[in-house]
Amino acid sequence: MTLDPAYLEYPKRREGMDHGLYPAAPMPSRRPVAWPGGKPVAVTLLVNLEWFPITPSDTPFRAPGHMVTPYPDYRHYTAREYGTRVGFYRLLDAFAKAGVKATVAVNSAIAERYPSVIADILSAGHEIIAHSTDMNGTIAGGMDEAEERALIVEARDRLAEVAGTAPRGWQSIARSQSFNTPRLLVEAGFDYMCDWVNDDLPYLATTEAGTIVSVPFNHELSDRQMIAVQQQSMDSVAQQIEDALAWLKAESAQYGAGRVLPFTLTPYITGLPYRMDAFEALLGRLAGDEATWFATAGELVDSWRPQAGG
Amino acid sequence: MREGEKDPGLYDFRPYRDRPKLEWPDGKTVAVWVSPNLEFYEIDPPANPQRKSWTRPHPDVVSYGHRDYANRIGHWRMAEVMEKHGFKGSVSLSVALCQHHPDVVANANALGWEFFSHGIYNTRYSYGMDEAQERAIIEDSIRTVREATGQTIKGWLAPALTHTPRTMDLIAEYGMTYTCDLYHDDQPGPVHVKQGRLVSMPYSIEVNDHYGFFVYNMSPREYADTLIRQYDRLAAEGAASGTVMCIPLHSYLIGQPHRIGPFEEVLRHIAADGRAWITRSGDIADHFLATGYDAAVADAARYAKA
Repeated sequence: MTLDPAYLEYPKRREGMDHGLYPAAPMPSRRPVAWPGGKPVAVTLLVNLEWFPITPSDTPFRAPGHMVTPYPDYRHYTAREYGTRVGFYRLLDAFAKAGVKATVAVNSAIAERYPSVIADILSAGHEIIAHSTDMNGTIAGGMDEAEERALIVEARDRLAEVAGTAPRGWQSIARSQSFNTPRLLVEAGFDYMCDWVNDDLPYLATTEAGTIVSVPFNHELSDRQMIAVQQQSMDSVAQQIEDALAWLKAESAQYGAGRVLPFTLTPYITGLPYRMDAFEALLGRLAGDEATWFATAGELVDSWRPQAGG
Repeated sequence: MREGEKDPGLYDFRPYRDRPKLEWPDGKTVAVWVSPNLEFYEIDPPANPQRKSWTRPHPDVVSYGHRDYANRIGHWRMAEVMEKHGFKGSVSLSVALCQHHPDVVANANALGWEFFSHGIYNTRYSYGMDEAQERAIIEDSIRTVREATGQTIKGWLAPALTHTPRTMDLIAEYGMTYTCDLYHDDQPGPVHVKQGRLVSMPYSIEVNDHYGFFVYNMSPREYADTLIRQYDRLAAEGAASGTVMCIPLHSYLIGQPHRIGPFEEVLRHIAADGRAWITRSGDIADHFLATGYDAAVADAARYAKA
């Protein structure tokens, strides 16, 4: 048995990354950042507001949370709709009660189908970013470039039409990109993307068409990962988020540098009756902590960019 | 190993009873070593015929980015906590990290951490390699670590735990003294190799942070509690037997902000307990070769079939 000799050749074995999207940047090399009001920790809430067609297309892949049973999967179709009709409104109320702003990544199908939801998000002062067309609008490596460009532009335009302004930010379904995605997002006028999970702080990514800010929304700090994947309770989630906050506060004090605590929410996961009390209590404690600055993705980028020289 | 046979013949059977006791320095009962995996995963690696690297089409943004978190954020956070409590790492190293992120490697070296090889990249697997190819990655590992750190590697943890039937014989032939790839015991023991003396170093799959978080789906506090229970049990038993506890880590997991705090409590517990010889894998191997290896061979002979 022998392997192709190329398997033992390493053409990208050199200092730095094995791609050109962003440079290596170990934490100790970073210039410290400060958040408005001298707050140590920016808390960034991101809600995925999604519409799942009952006819999954599976191209290039089936999104997490999508249909499971043979057609027609009433169970999952309606349980996801529950998230939009009921769960999301619980989240909006919880945000209002705690007095915090969030970022909502919205499928453009939500805007087209339920424009009142968009109005309710905007009137509460939350930020809307683009999140593909619907949950059949997945992106992955190998996808045809023209098709991907059309998907991004369609999501942007249909959302803008209802929201009144073009979204500045983008998050891919399942944070899944192709090698072309960052460049296509720059070409479509996006300021930042929320797919990469390799950092605690925003950083600048470079494409052939220009730069785009990468705003990390750690997938580990999400109700999908903690509750749907790892089968943990909302009480445990709350404990973990508060442990993270305590750590980041201490680190911020030690290094005199701002930190970010992201938390990604899914209406049909967190917005269930038996999880909401624990979630609201957590949100109340986070909002009541003097160390926190609740920032939308756009506010975070706008604060970070001049400090980073980006 | 005995290639193709039902029993690969890696070691002799020795039950965990009536063994000659392993004596650790200063009367400690359990040798504790922490093993950060300092890794580099390629965004677009070539395919190995027997194992896919990423589960999704390249670029697998979340999986790649998650692992890249280690070198940007996680390592620095983890290393600081380990140093604060007096734990030197024994590094399972993707040796190409010496090229990609020399600052991470230099930081670990400056902290007095030991390096052993975990292959070139954690996205290049040994499956299907011929002998010359496997020798090439071993020689590359020895040369690369020596040039980057001045250290001569003493041990091996196969890249992504991918082996060939020749691996144990080859690493022993190149002078390595321990393997972290065998999980049959809580004490070091002799491994059968064609030449040299090779020790199986207890590394743990079960309390590996990856298993804790993604196989057993533990919360950070549950994982910390698991490590403390593992330690307390091994420290107690070690009074009679002399045990080894390894804490295998990946800083993209343990170095996350929601996990590092509970983990720090584990290090605090072990450091304060007093029964632990807090050390490095190579030091355990050296000590065992000098004081326990021959007795273990003699012990095994008691169970050998006539």
